[in-house]
Amino acid sequence: MIEGILTGLGTALSLQNLFMVVSGCLVGTLIGMLPGLGPMSIIAIMIPVAIKIGDPSSALILLAGVYYGAIFGGSTSSILINAPGVAGTVATSFDGYPMAKAGKAGKALTIAAVSSFVGGTVGAILLMGFAPLLASFALLFHSAEYFALMVVGLSAIAAFAGTGQVVKALLMTVVGLMLATVGESALFNAPRFTMGISDLQSGIGFITLAMALFALPEALFLVLDPKRSGRDAGVSSEIKDLRITRAEAREIAPVIGRQSIQGFLIGVMPGAGATLASFLGYAVERNIAKGKDQEAFGKGSIKGLAAPETANNAACTGSFVPLLTLGIPGSGTTAILLGALIALNVSPGPRLMIDNPEVFWAVIVSMYLGNVVLLILNLPLIPYIAKLLAVPRNYLIPFILFFTLMGSYIGQNNATELLILVGLGIGATILRFADYPLAPLLIGFILGGMMENNFARAVNLTDGVSFMWERPMTLSLLCVGLILIILPIYRQRQLWASARRQGIADGD
Amino acid sequence: MSLNRCIALFFLVMSLVYGLAAFNYPLLPFERNMSFLPNTMPMVLSVLGIVLSTFILLSKPALKNPQEEVTTYDRVHIIQAVLLLLAMVLFALALRPFGFIVATSIFLIATGFILGERKLHIMIPIAGFSAFGIWYLVQEVLGIFMRPWPGFIS
Repeated sequence: MIEGILTGLGTALSLQNLFMVVSGCLVGTLIGMLPGLGPMSIIAIMIPVAIKIGDPSSALILLAGVYYGAIFGGSTSSILINAPGVAGTVATSFDGYPMAKAGKAGKALTIAAVSSFVGGTVGAILLMGFAPLLASFALLFHSAEYFALMVVGLSAIAAFAGTGQVVKALLMTVVGLMLATVGESALFNAPRFTMGISDLQSGIGFITLAMALFALPEALFLVLDPKRSGRDAGVSSEIKDLRITRAEAREIAPVIGRQSIQGFLIGVMPGAGATLASFLGYAVERNIAKGKDQEAFGKGSIKGLAAPETANNAACTGSFVPLLTLGIPGSGTTAILLGALIALNVSPGPRLMIDNPEVFWAVIVSMYLGNVVLLILNLPLIPYIAKLLAVPRNYLIPFILFFTLMGSYIGQNNATELLILVGLGIGATILRFADYPLAPLLIGFILGGMMENNFARAVNLTDGVSFMWERPMTLSLLCVGLILIILPIYRQRQLWASARRQGIADGD
Repeated sequence: MSLNRCIALFFLVMSLVYGLAAFNYPLLPFERNMSFLPNTMPMVLSVLGIVLSTFILLSKPALKNPQEEVTTYDRVHIIQAVLLLLAMVLFALALRPFGFIVATSIFLIATGFILGERKLHIMIPIAGFSAFGIWYLVQEVLGIFMRPWPGFIS
């Protein structure tokens, strides 16, 4: 491991890669702060830049920097204008915004930055221990286990979709898998399901799909509901006194410690991600707190701010574990990173540590550097960066729409891609109105090709599907996948039944 | 019928059509004896799609929380959103014939106008400079070719 860390240090501390970390964090913070552009959109826009860089280590370091920066930027807009740029920072606004309203915006931003720093750093240390262990175990996997693992990953993503959403999430996953079958495939000789449209021969671009599913609906919701952009809040100009006292530091230290570990573990689970980690972190700390401390939650409690901030950053780092060791993205953002890596000819998975150790370790080392950059560079700059929040909505939305279009256009240089983007974006907006989760669709789409390849290889090797019950590890993984689907559906039906009984009783 | 069920019905029809296309997929002669065919996974997916969308269609709707806020949107904002989508389609169609700088400038000005911006003396220079700046970054720095001006100029 020490050899690996030294390799990572050698790569990450090169002048070019240090520049990548700093610029990635800055760009991520700047754009992540804007409502309507989350980390997925920003990373998708940055992919052409990453591909242009060519070196996979530098490219991934840049994209990872953008990711942390975007989460940090999202916290800033949550605290200052109560308009979270990123879903993972919604819980931050519960106590961050009341603090800002009480004139403690500077303090709130420092607590957010320190919590993010510790969460991210502890996450990186845990990643260093977890990832090699999991990777060495995953080296035993064959295509059958890989297929089963992907089934588990997709089931987990659906299972974590929330109450009443499991079947919808499963349907979205299947739709994503269907979309992945459009176009040419490495396995077969002719393109499939193109409906005679030549532009679909190479399939649907994953950046286009990501933009259509997340960036475009978010921009449309900003238009439909102007309150989302938080223009009326206007506390951004009052950022002063960034210091926190020793007593406050002592008060939040145990919260940060607990949430670093809890957030990381939630982040490791496929589908859970930063959003769930931050909400759970907030809920757990509120329940642990007693008396006055508990009452302060939601009214500007520093514990209530530190908990989700630590948890979401630790979860972001945790979500790299399944990506780097198994090649399975645990969240929409890591799914886009996976797409970027594939475009750079790097296959994440257990062999990444053997084939491209410099990529693996450089990313881990860059996580420390990214956190340091966010703490010592971005925090003092926040009062200036926050001026961006004063950009009027009439100027902001056209640029958000334009960057959404560009993210999809630059990658393919094809105007038809833009029409597909608008069409899919309208569909995604309708799906959001009906509460259909969209992340499972994107993850299904990205995993679809790999899942089919592994399934085909396993079927060809055993001349049938007997591998599903003949290989113990495959069978156990498939059983886990099945339990992950059945359990939430069963619980959901029980909840509905009891709610209905209650409703009838109330009606009487 | 609720939007939820309309969407489920749409996906049911989509899964049926997809399944039919998969079932009738023209296999090449040598592919017929393979254990895994190009339409194996699509057929499995179409069955899953049919089962899941039927499940949503037939399941009873969840009881609504009476305290849950129902979001309604202003007519003006809905019209703005539709016009913005239209502007995006026109931008896609205009990108090649008009060139990147002209199409982008018009797009930024038009979308700002749709959202209520009337200070054109500010919007036009911002749109022009941004379009040129982004074109320069993409073409000169990233090396991705994008025709800047209409065909008859460049």
